[in-house]
Amino acid sequence: MSVETVNEARPRTRTRNAVEIGMRRVPGTDIAARGEPALWMLGGALALGILMILGFLLLVVWNGALAFWPQPIEMVRLTNDDIIAGEPRRSESFRPTQGAITDLPAASRAQIEASGGLAERTLYRTGNYDLYGEDFVWIPAYQRAEVSRPVDMVLIERLEWGPFIGRVQSLILDGIERPVAELPLGELERLHRQARERWSRILEIEREEIGAINRSIEEARLELRAVGLKSGFASQAYHDAGARFETETAPLQEEYNAFAADAGRIRQEDARVQIVLADVKGTTKILPLSAIVRMYAPNDLGFLGKLYVYLSRWWEFLSAEPREANTEGGVWPAIFGTAAMTLLLVVVVAPFGIVTALYLREYARQGRLVSMVRISVNNLAGVPSIVYGVFGLGFFAYLLGGTVDQLFYAERLPNPTFGTGGLLWASLTLALLTVPVVIVATEEALAAVPRSMREGALACGASKWQTIRTIVLPRALPGILTGIILAMARGAGEVAPLMLVGVVKLAPELPLDGVFPFIHLERSFMHLGFHIYDVGFQSRNSEAGKPMVFMTTLLLIALIFAMNVTAIIIRNRLKRRFAGSQF
Amino acid sequence: MMAAVAELEPKAPSETAYHVRSGGRGQVMSVCEFSLWYGQKQALFDNTMEIERGLVTALIGPSGCGKSTLLRSMNRMNDLIDGVRIAGQMIMDGRDIYGRATDVIALRKRMGMVFQKPNPFPLSVFENVIYPLRVDGISRRSVLEETAERALKGAALWDEVKDRLQESALGMSGGQQQRLCIARAIAGEPEVLLMDEPCSALDPIATAKIEELMDELRGRYTIIIVTHNMQQAARVSDNTAFMYLGRLIEYGETQTIFTTPQVERTLDYVTGRFG
Repeated sequence: MSVETVNEARPRTRTRNAVEIGMRRVPGTDIAARGEPALWMLGGALALGILMILGFLLLVVWNGALAFWPQPIEMVRLTNDDIIAGEPRRSESFRPTQGAITDLPAASRAQIEASGGLAERTLYRTGNYDLYGEDFVWIPAYQRAEVSRPVDMVLIERLEWGPFIGRVQSLILDGIERPVAELPLGELERLHRQARERWSRILEIEREEIGAINRSIEEARLELRAVGLKSGFASQAYHDAGARFETETAPLQEEYNAFAADAGRIRQEDARVQIVLADVKGTTKILPLSAIVRMYAPNDLGFLGKLYVYLSRWWEFLSAEPREANTEGGVWPAIFGTAAMTLLLVVVVAPFGIVTALYLREYARQGRLVSMVRISVNNLAGVPSIVYGVFGLGFFAYLLGGTVDQLFYAERLPNPTFGTGGLLWASLTLALLTVPVVIVATEEALAAVPRSMREGALACGASKWQTIRTIVLPRALPGILTGIILAMARGAGEVAPLMLVGVVKLAPELPLDGVFPFIHLERSFMHLGFHIYDVGFQSRNSEAGKPMVFMTTLLLIALIFAMNVTAIIIRNRLKRRFAGSQF
Repeated sequence: MMAAVAELEPKAPSETAYHVRSGGRGQVMSVCEFSLWYGQKQALFDNTMEIERGLVTALIGPSGCGKSTLLRSMNRMNDLIDGVRIAGQMIMDGRDIYGRATDVIALRKRMGMVFQKPNPFPLSVFENVIYPLRVDGISRRSVLEETAERALKGAALWDEVKDRLQESALGMSGGQQQRLCIARAIAGEPEVLLMDEPCSALDPIATAKIEELMDELRGRYTIIIVTHNMQQAARVSDNTAFMYLGRLIEYGETQTIFTTPQVERTLDYVTGRFG
C-alpha cells in the first residue's frame, strides 16, 4: 500500500520541480536541511581524533621500535685537532653565541651570517662516561673538520658506566697481554661467552643458593624471636630455643661458607681474563671480560648483523632485569609486575563489581536510596587517582596490613611484611579505583537483558536466583566483560596511586618464585608505567634513558592492547553464542 | 472512549453474559471478582469466570482491554511489575492463587506459559526444552533425553530438530522458536498452558502449524489463549471470553460468541464494527 503511494508520488514531484526550476530554489536541496555541515563537523572531529591518536602511536613506534637498531659510529676530527667518536643521535639548527662566532674563520662566519645567524649542530653519543664525565656532546657543524666511519670502532655495552665507544686493544690472559690481532678467529667471542657464563654462575650462586641459605637462617631466627615474644626473652623456653637455633644454623653456616668459597673461586678465575679497551684518543681502560654484555662494530656490520644485534637487544629488553639505574638492560620484572597486578586487579574487581551491580539492579528496591548509591558510585569514578593511592596506603597498607603484621608476623616487626606497599594492596587500591566502571557496565548489561527472557525462565518455575544465574547472567556476560576490559585498561595504565602503595624503582625479587608460598603478595613490584616515569624523569641522564622510555611506552601499550584483544575475543565468542535471534 | 467507560460503569459483574460449554471434567480454575490495579490505574474490573478443564479457552477483545493482564495474573507474572495491586480471588484446586501460603514457584510449574514473542534462552535446543527440569535439579541424562523427545514431539518439532539438539536455539526460525517455547512449556508436565498471543509475531504458515499443534494438545492440557486474531479464536477455542476495558462482557461457547452473541458489543466486535 505504502509502496504504491511512493511510486505514484514520485513522478508528480519531479514534474512540479521541473516546472518550478528557475523560478525559485528547488525544495530539498537546502544544504542545512540535508545536514551536510553537521556531517562535515562530525567527520572532521573524528578525523582529528584519529589523526592525533595515529600521530601519537607513530611517534612512539618510530622512536621505540628503532631505538635498538645499531647506529653507525662516526669519528669526528674537530677544527682544534681534538677528536671524538660517537653515534650521531640527532641534528638541529641553533643560534651560536656572538663570542663563539667571532673566533671562527671567515668562511664559516659568512655561512652562518648567510643563514641568518643559525648554524647546525649534531648530538653525538660518545659513551665512556667513566672517562669523560658525560655521554653526550653537541658538535656544531663549523667545528667539524673531518668525519669518518672507521670499521674497527666498536660499541661495547658494559655492566657499569654505560656504553664504551672505542677500539679493542688486547686481552690480558693470566697477566699476559695479547693484542687482539694475534688471537685466533672467534677466540674473543669464545672467551666472552665463557666469561658471561661464569658471571651468571656467580649470580646464580649468590642469588639462589646463598639466598636460600639466608632465608633458612632468617626463618630460624624469626622462629627464635617468636618464642622469645611468646614466653619472654629471659625464659627457659627461649634459652632452649636459642640452643636449638645454634645447632640448626651451624650446618647452614657451613654450607654458606662452601658456596661463598665457590663463588670466590669463580671470581678469581674470572679476574684472570681482562680486556683492554682504548678510546678514540688512545686512553686505555681495563675491565674484566665478563663485565661486557655485548660488543659489536657497527660500521663493519651488514644488514643481517645489525638485525642480530637488534633482536638480541629486544630479547634482553623483554627478558632481562634492568641495569644502569634502569636506563639499560631489560624490563622483565616490570612486565611481570604489571601483568600480575592487572590480573589480580581483575580477580578482585570482577566479582566485587558484579555482585554489587546484581544487588543494585535485581534485588534492591529501586528508590531514592538506590539512586543515591548509584550516583555516588558514578562520582567515585571521578575522584583523582592519587586520592585512591593515599587511601590505599592509609587503609590497606597501614591499617589492614599493620593489623595483619601484628597478628601473624609479629616476630618480624618492626620490619613490615604486609604493613607497607605491596602487590596485594596495589591491586586492591586499583580495584577500588576501577570498581565503578564494572558496576556501571554490569548494571547496563543486566538492564539490557530482555524482559521476555526473565519471564520465560520464571514461567518455567525458576526462582529469581535461578533465573539470574542461568539466564540473566550468561546473557549479560558480554556487557559485563566490556566493563571488565575497561577497568583492566584503566588499571593497567594507572601510575600515580601505585607510587604510594607498592611500586618501586627496582624490586629485588619477583612476586612469584619457587619459594613457598610461591605467590608473594606482600612484595613490592615494578610497573611499566612507573618505569617510564622513573627512566624518563628520575635518571642521571635523561638523554640516555630516552630510547628506554619510548620502548617501555610501546611495550605498555602493546601489553594493554594484548590484554584487551584477548578479552574482546572472549567477549565476541560469547556474543556469537547469544546472537542470531530472529527478533 | 470516556463515554464508553461511563456507559459501562454501573454494570455489575454478574451482568456478564455466560453460556459456557462444559468440558465435562470440571473446572481447573475459578476467577472470582478479580480486579487489578497498575498503581492508580485499574486494569481489571471484577472479572469472574471458570476455566473448563481440558478445553481451549480464548480471551479476545480490543487492545488494552486487559486480556493479557488477566492471563498473566493466572500464574502471577504480574508480580514482577512494581505497584500492582489486586482484589478478589483466583482459585485453583480450592486454594487461592494469591493466598499467603501459595508457593508461586510451585504454582508456575503447574502452568506452562508461551509468550507473544518467541523467547528461547541463549542455550542449546536441548537445554531450552529441559529447562523446567534443570530448575528442579533433575540431572539424570536418561530422564532429560526422554523428556526432551516427548516435549519436542508434543510440540511437533522433533523431526525438524532431532539432529541439531546441541545447536543454539537462537539460530532457528521464528516459528520453530515458538514451537520450541511450547515444547519448553509442556516439558514440565503442567496442567494449564497459558498462551499470550502466541502467533502474533509469526507468519501465516508458522501460525497454521501452531494452531494445528493446539488442536493436538486439546484435551491433554487446559489451554488459555489470548489472541487478537478472531479467526484464530474461532478456529481453535471451545469457549471464548470477550473483554472490554477491563471487564468481562461475555463468556461462552465459541460458536455462539461468533454467530449469535448475547451482548451487542460482542457482536460489534466480532463483526469488526469496532476494535
